[in-house]
Amino acid sequence: MQPIRPNDPSSNNLSQAKSVSGSDTSGPDRSWSEPTGAVKRISNHRPEVISIQHVWAGYDHEPVLEDITLSVKELDFIGLIGPNGSGKSTLFKVLLGLVPTRQGQIRILGQSVQQGRRHLGYVPQSVQFDLAFPISVWDVVLMGRMGRRRLLQNFTSKDHERVEVALRDVEMWHLRDRSISELSGGQRKRVYIARALATEPKILLLDEPMAGVDAHAETHIYDLLKQLNQQITILMISHDIGAIASCVKTVGCLNRRLYYHGDRQITPQMLEMVYQCPVDLIAHGVPHRIFPRHLTEEINR
Amino acid sequence: MIEALQFDFMRNAVMAGILVSIACGIIGTFVVVNRIVFISGGIAHAAYGGIGLGYFFQFSPILGAVIFSVISALGMGWVQRKTRQRADTIIGVMWAIGMAIGIILIDLSGGYKADLMSYLFGSILAVSSSDLTIMLVLDLIIIVLAFLFYKELLAISFDETFATIANVPVDVIYLTLMCMIALTIVMMMRVVGLIMVIALLTIPAAISGLFVRNLRKMMLLASILGMSFTTVGLWLSYSLNLTSGATIILVAGAAYLLSVAVQPALHRTPSVLAPRPEQPLTAPAQLATDPISPARPPTNPVRRIQRAITAYLQKSRNGQ
Repeated sequence: MQPIRPNDPSSNNLSQAKSVSGSDTSGPDRSWSEPTGAVKRISNHRPEVISIQHVWAGYDHEPVLEDITLSVKELDFIGLIGPNGSGKSTLFKVLLGLVPTRQGQIRILGQSVQQGRRHLGYVPQSVQFDLAFPISVWDVVLMGRMGRRRLLQNFTSKDHERVEVALRDVEMWHLRDRSISELSGGQRKRVYIARALATEPKILLLDEPMAGVDAHAETHIYDLLKQLNQQITILMISHDIGAIASCVKTVGCLNRRLYYHGDRQITPQMLEMVYQCPVDLIAHGVPHRIFPRHLTEEINR
Repeated sequence: MIEALQFDFMRNAVMAGILVSIACGIIGTFVVVNRIVFISGGIAHAAYGGIGLGYFFQFSPILGAVIFSVISALGMGWVQRKTRQRADTIIGVMWAIGMAIGIILIDLSGGYKADLMSYLFGSILAVSSSDLTIMLVLDLIIIVLAFLFYKELLAISFDETFATIANVPVDVIYLTLMCMIALTIVMMMRVVGLIMVIALLTIPAAISGLFVRNLRKMMLLASILGMSFTTVGLWLSYSLNLTSGATIILVAGAAYLLSVAVQPALHRTPSVLAPRPEQPLTAPAQLATDPISPARPPTNPVRRIQRAITAYLQKSRNGQ
């Protein structure tokens, strides 16, 4: 298969879009067959930015990801759900080249993982660091510009501009001189989001971006993500089904295998496939029977 | 002390202390923030194998120490980064093997081993002018490398994963850092001996890490602290007729304990324990615990001192 660049107008390959997404269970044109025809029409003209073909990956001898096939189109906003240990974070790590694949092929913007990962903005679930590490918020976000500068090359005023924009986007500009150790968990998360934005990514990978973020910041960040989604593709892991339903365009379920049909619906079948006891895992104290109705409301809104 | 400076060996010793402190301040800071103090200890002790090698094959023990420490630094760095087993166990084993090789080789090599103890406990009073030249060159190399690769070193120290994604050559930078650590350690063996190398490498950086929140400032303060410790330690050892290396370490250790005791009062960060609310609280009692609120002058006398130190550091940095 020929790699396709997102900015190449001639790369609207419809057949490819069909062949890759919705691996085995969906019909020929089930992808993007969602409420409005407009979505479908646009979707068919969008180039593929990430192509994952029959990828197996894992740690030591046990595979965590089994036969993952996924085609991410430009300006997709995919929410990924799944229980603990289902390989959600591993999928991101495979995309970032941090975990090698056993089998299968991954192309990012038509390039290999090593090359293509420059275009990925990654917000990790958590960053392991020494709490006493002497670094300011500004310097952490400036690190997002590393990929743009070679060895021995200093940061430029453009880098500083991007850092300022990113910090303002997540409303952390006023805390730019704070030491990272003086921030709360949620504030730190916003700094990591700013760092990912500072890379000027074509694709954002968000691993539980809202864990620890307060309600006000969460709303703001979701608005920001929707706005960003007009220019960049977003993949987001989240346990917050409500947020997923209100924010993303399509939902995929992962439990070692990926169940993704380019739909926005989180079907009961999907949940049953993924979670043994879906409601207990997701509904956060909401009584069992309320959940499906609540979800339907979310989707039809 | 002043009259002692008329002696060549004393002037050399003071110079050696200052030169070593520069390397210690820069490299020690990376050792502390990367949490590889244990590796540094391992490198220092494994270097003893090289000293034994030098004795056995009758070449310069220092050259042997350089070879051994660089090899063990690369080995330990590799183990730390790549192995999925317990890295500290393997490093501990390498530490012991290096030391044992040294002891056995020295047993096997006959002859007179006069200055053996100087490698273990340091001999700052025996530093020659050529030693000083080597130290100066090494300092310059370390300063240049730290300056040129500052952003990469900062990136891999803070978040290696992110540095990897940004296609920073993480392995190369990390192993370069390990080599720099090895060379610094060999240089420091002259001053305090391999047994106490970790102390002088980490104490100045650890102290400055308690008071400043910026890697560059941390290096600068650590270097200054190292210089004071070596100079004060030398003076004490001269006037009280004590072993210089151990005296320097005791001065540094005392300063560290003092800083640790004083630091909580100086730098209380409530956010570490409990998330600080976004909106400033109106209760004055709550405000008083907020360390960074520029609107109010610090009421706590210790915090005022801390502010003065910070202001001084900033001024001295700007002055340069």
